[in-house]
Amino acid sequence: MIEWIAAFLVLLGGAFSVIAALGLVRMPDVYIRMHSSTKTGTVGLGLLCIALMLVADGWFQVVEAMIILLFLLITAPIGAHLIGRASYAAGVPFSDATTFEPGCETFGTPRREEKPLNESEGDISPSHQSQEGSS
Amino acid sequence: MTILGITLVGPLGFALAATALMLTVALAMCTWRLLVGPSLSDRVVALDAISILLVAFFVVFAMASGVGAYLDVAIVMSLVAFLATVAFARFIERTIGGSDD
Repeated sequence: MIEWIAAFLVLLGGAFSVIAALGLVRMPDVYIRMHSSTKTGTVGLGLLCIALMLVADGWFQVVEAMIILLFLLITAPIGAHLIGRASYAAGVPFSDATTFEPGCETFGTPRREEKPLNESEGDISPSHQSQEGSS
Repeated sequence: MTILGITLVGPLGFALAATALMLTVALAMCTWRLLVGPSLSDRVVALDAISILLVAFFVVFAMASGVGAYLDVAIVMSLVAFLATVAFARFIERTIGGSDD
């Protein structure tokens, strides 16, 4: 009986992981993709760890699965917050479907943006070559 | 059924084989996002998801093979993934629209 429950949990975890990756591919925006990847990935791995606790042979494996689960639950929000804050501060553009409440329109314009960021080459700083050329 | 020298029996064995397949599909999709993703933040998010999926793969492999040492690998992998995420977040904040480079 407990093996059937563990098998169900393992399949559910794998399905959640596939849904997370699908959201990572299909979502329009880095901020929305972060929601999909982090939260659903956490649920997928959490279900796998719970299934491992059910079928573990020995208390040591139970403790190790619990350590993985607790560490992931603590660090996944912190990492998502850091990436979201860094990409907002660096000026990664929002998707066109994003709307802002009245009075909050400045949320769309990043604070530290100096030039409009080209989305196709977002990981290259375009002002670098001109400075080197002038000096 | 025997995969990679590991014999999988019963409902749990079938579920583990199917989950390994699903995790492989998820890894492929995350790798596509890592290669395509328009900005550096997309690539970092995809790398974070890939490391979480690798931890999940180690957990599945520990369950399938019965070797508890793979759980140690999973713990270390999750630690390294968190540190890489923090470091990449700092990197994003400094390089893209920042004025200090």
